[in-house]
Amino acid sequence: MATINGAVENGQPDGKPPALPRPIRNLEVKFTKIFINNDWHESKSGKKFATYNPSTLEKICEVEEGDKPDVDKAVEAAQAAFQRDSPWRQLDALRRGQLLHQLADLLERDRAILATLETMDTGKPFLHAFFVDLEGCIKTFRYFAGWADKIQGRTIPTDNNVVCFTRHEPIGVCGAITPWNFPLLMLAWKLAPALCCGNTVVLKPAEQTPLTALYLGSLIKEVGFPPGVVNIVPGFGPTVGAAISSHPQINKIAFTGSTEVGKLVKEAASRSNLKRVTLELGGKNPCIVCADADLDLAVECAHQGVFFNQGQCCTAASRVFVEEQVYGEFVRRSVEYAKKRPVGDPFDAKTEQGPQIDQKQFDKILELIESGKKEGAKLECGGSAMEDRGLFIKPTVFSDVTDNMRIAKEEIFGPVQPILKFKNLEEVIKRANSTDYGLTAAVFTKNLDKALKLASALESGTVWINCYNAFYTQAPFGGFKMSGNGRELGEYALAEYTEVKTVTIKLNDKNP
Amino acid sequence: MSSPAQTEIPTPLGDLKIQYTKIFINNEWHDSVSGKKFPVFNPATEEIICHVEEGDKADVDKAVKAARQAFQIGSTWRTMDASERGLLLNKLADLMERDRLLLATMESMNAGKVFPQAYMMDLDISIKTLKYCAGWADKIHGQTIPSDGDIFTYTRREPIGVCGQIIPWNGPLIMLTWKIGPALACGNTVIVKPAEQTPLTALHMASLVKEAGFPPGVVNVVPGYGPTAGAAISSHMDIDKVAFTGSTEVGKLIKEAAGKSNLKRVTLELGGKSPCIVFADADLDNAVEFAHQGVFFHQGQICIAASRLFVEESIYDEFVKRSVERAKKYVLGNPLNAGINQGPQIDKEQHTKILDLIESGKKEGAKLECGGGRWGNKGFFVQPTVFSNVTDEMRIAKEEIFGPVQQIMKFKCIDDVIKRANNTSYGLAAGVFTKDLDKALTVSSALQAGVVWVNCYLAMAVQCPFGGFKMSGNGRELGEHGIYEYTELKTVAMKISQKNS
Repeated sequence: MATINGAVENGQPDGKPPALPRPIRNLEVKFTKIFINNDWHESKSGKKFATYNPSTLEKICEVEEGDKPDVDKAVEAAQAAFQRDSPWRQLDALRRGQLLHQLADLLERDRAILATLETMDTGKPFLHAFFVDLEGCIKTFRYFAGWADKIQGRTIPTDNNVVCFTRHEPIGVCGAITPWNFPLLMLAWKLAPALCCGNTVVLKPAEQTPLTALYLGSLIKEVGFPPGVVNIVPGFGPTVGAAISSHPQINKIAFTGSTEVGKLVKEAASRSNLKRVTLELGGKNPCIVCADADLDLAVECAHQGVFFNQGQCCTAASRVFVEEQVYGEFVRRSVEYAKKRPVGDPFDAKTEQGPQIDQKQFDKILELIESGKKEGAKLECGGSAMEDRGLFIKPTVFSDVTDNMRIAKEEIFGPVQPILKFKNLEEVIKRANSTDYGLTAAVFTKNLDKALKLASALESGTVWINCYNAFYTQAPFGGFKMSGNGRELGEYALAEYTEVKTVTIKLNDKNP
Repeated sequence: MSSPAQTEIPTPLGDLKIQYTKIFINNEWHDSVSGKKFPVFNPATEEIICHVEEGDKADVDKAVKAARQAFQIGSTWRTMDASERGLLLNKLADLMERDRLLLATMESMNAGKVFPQAYMMDLDISIKTLKYCAGWADKIHGQTIPSDGDIFTYTRREPIGVCGQIIPWNGPLIMLTWKIGPALACGNTVIVKPAEQTPLTALHMASLVKEAGFPPGVVNVVPGYGPTAGAAISSHMDIDKVAFTGSTEVGKLIKEAAGKSNLKRVTLELGGKSPCIVFADADLDNAVEFAHQGVFFHQGQICIAASRLFVEESIYDEFVKRSVERAKKYVLGNPLNAGINQGPQIDKEQHTKILDLIESGKKEGAKLECGGGRWGNKGFFVQPTVFSNVTDEMRIAKEEIFGPVQQIMKFKCIDDVIKRANNTSYGLAAGVFTKDLDKALTVSSALQAGVVWVNCYLAMAVQCPFGGFKMSGNGRELGEHGIYEYTELKTVAMKISQKNS
């Protein structure tokens, strides 16, 4: 489970545990326009679109709906901000880092506001938004702030009488398309390294969840990033998203979302101008529980691993492989956990699970649940929507799942845990790897050799051993195979946001 | 030197109270074990500012115990997230910014630094240093390595342990941050011995270390003298590394003691007799100004002083003329007063040595162009002095002067000047002035110096490694490289049942 540690600075001197943060009541949504050149703009078309609270099914507000002309305007601004001699290009790298630190400071200041907005817009529990999403954002900006003046090229001893060095330059105008499951966090994962390396950015937040991105725009302006460095165009995939992916003046695109759309983005990028592409896509992530595991730990981690964020994580532990000997007990304990999972109003401090994001996702999840029943998996608990509760689904556990069932092959993105059985290590390695996905994997064992063997054998960008969703800004994250291209976070992210230039200076052979 | 931004420089603090005069161990203030104190002077007035507790071996022992304790496996400091160490360093930098006026006033008064310089430059570099190092804390990577055999191998860059750090008097705050910044970023614990001439800002920094929230024992400060406290550090059997900035003469003693005792790791930043080569095609005004700053900055009390100026024959006379004009623009006096742009030398010993070397210049036949002696009746002031027609054999061309004295020599050909520039056991910095691409690249490659500046001088940046060739030092400070000097590399090799690439 990701770190839950945010209220330390508010610790009471008398030793009582710190008070939980509270959401902002009656929060007014201030920022609903397109953000270009540190200014707020209406859409060129005049159109707006609505954003809803999935918990109450009510409209929160309307937001300016961008389309290609707005993207063009944003790209123009981003290009101008990237010109040689521009304030942004001439800034000391250390100073870029300081701006990122100041942005982190403002995120801390407005943490409760942002967490409230995020909860309204996504339906995720407020405490999760506060302690996981916002914590991750703040740490991400601080981590990359530290890298800004440490992005180093090399001097290289080549053959011949030559001086040779590399410069690690910013790529230029970077497009970023972010998802609705962790709107602000996924944005930070792109914005922080992009700005750290000196790029300028045109962002499209998910149409379901534009609000925190727009609020961030106001903070960008407040910190004092030069105009045009960050631009935000809310809108839809087929319009704004497509315009960004195929824009001839955008030099790189970063996308987090489904594999299906990721393929379209890469295709458009190639067809247009071969812009550099990084993708964070879906997963069908194996969670392998060996007989010698700490069973309680494994059960809890596997549970949070699949149910966290209403199951709406690319890292969802959606294939739990349990070694034969402990299978029965594992299922029993997992069902207990699932039955106890508090589903309800995301603003209630007791809630662990809120609604799914929208009707489309809701329908897809229920359809997959039905397929599980039809194809012969054993429904242990849940299996349907909460009665009378809009987009809420009961935490669902299937046992006796086999590899060919749809629930074992397709990404569900909902609160559904499929549990499968395995006999031996070689078998489970093969089964875990037989998927086009390859985002994460988890292993529960106390045995050193088994741990290292599985870590090496699993075809996943991240392997967690005796933990789950252990994200750290210092460590790279990304997928093998069709779960993505490239890496986010850690030093590795820098490579995705820089372009390497080799400079070779021939010296005069006549000189000493 | 890059000029300061158009920030308003405030007036120095009028009623500076020296709050911290004791030994700092475990986030607490201690009297010296011996009961002794020592005086701290204002070099502009020769008056005593205050007395400070005088640390000796017994106090160093106490500090080492505290630092060792704070470094135990399982301690708060050892179990802290690396990113949290970075946050603490950033906090310390913020506190320095808050107390900028106080620290600049104190530095000016105690080290004789001209106040606007202390406020704009010393504080600026110090704060940037801490912020730079803060950023490294959670980015100190080891590697996983494709070794032979069925072995899983990786390296860890661990903190070394308890580090002794001996700080000089020419840049007390800057040199302090250059030492504690990287040391703390990597997770070490430290014992700082500031120079006996200038302990005050180090002690104020200790109070900020406590305020920032560093755990007790992580930073300890023991003021005192070299032969006592300094020697105790260099030869301590329970100190894992010693870092020293100061004279080459003392640097040798420290390395010797380190070898004799427990082979503690050693980094040294020592003296220099840095050459500046000005080619006929250089931008002359640019060269004159940088060469001037290069030797006169902070009254010449910098290890990187450009104290051997080689000027190509055809522009020699014009260069000398402009350099002399430039050297006459100084107003000497109390560095805290407005309008003063040259302060005193640090103490009587330095003062005497500089005047003696100036006399040698006159005796050995160099041409005295301006200055040439002491200034005023009180305070350790020396007139800005320029010698021309200096030859390589003269004492002023061979020995480190550490004062406001510029030596200008002539050269004819490039091969020759490179040889002459390298003909010293020092090797700290060098400057090259030319517009020619090829000359710039070839000459900078040929010079035996840890830092070569082309068409500039004193362009220090915290992101860049700094240190000396030959007897100007061992190792590098700052930059990525400088960070690694505060780590100890451990290789871990685990047997596995089968290796796959």
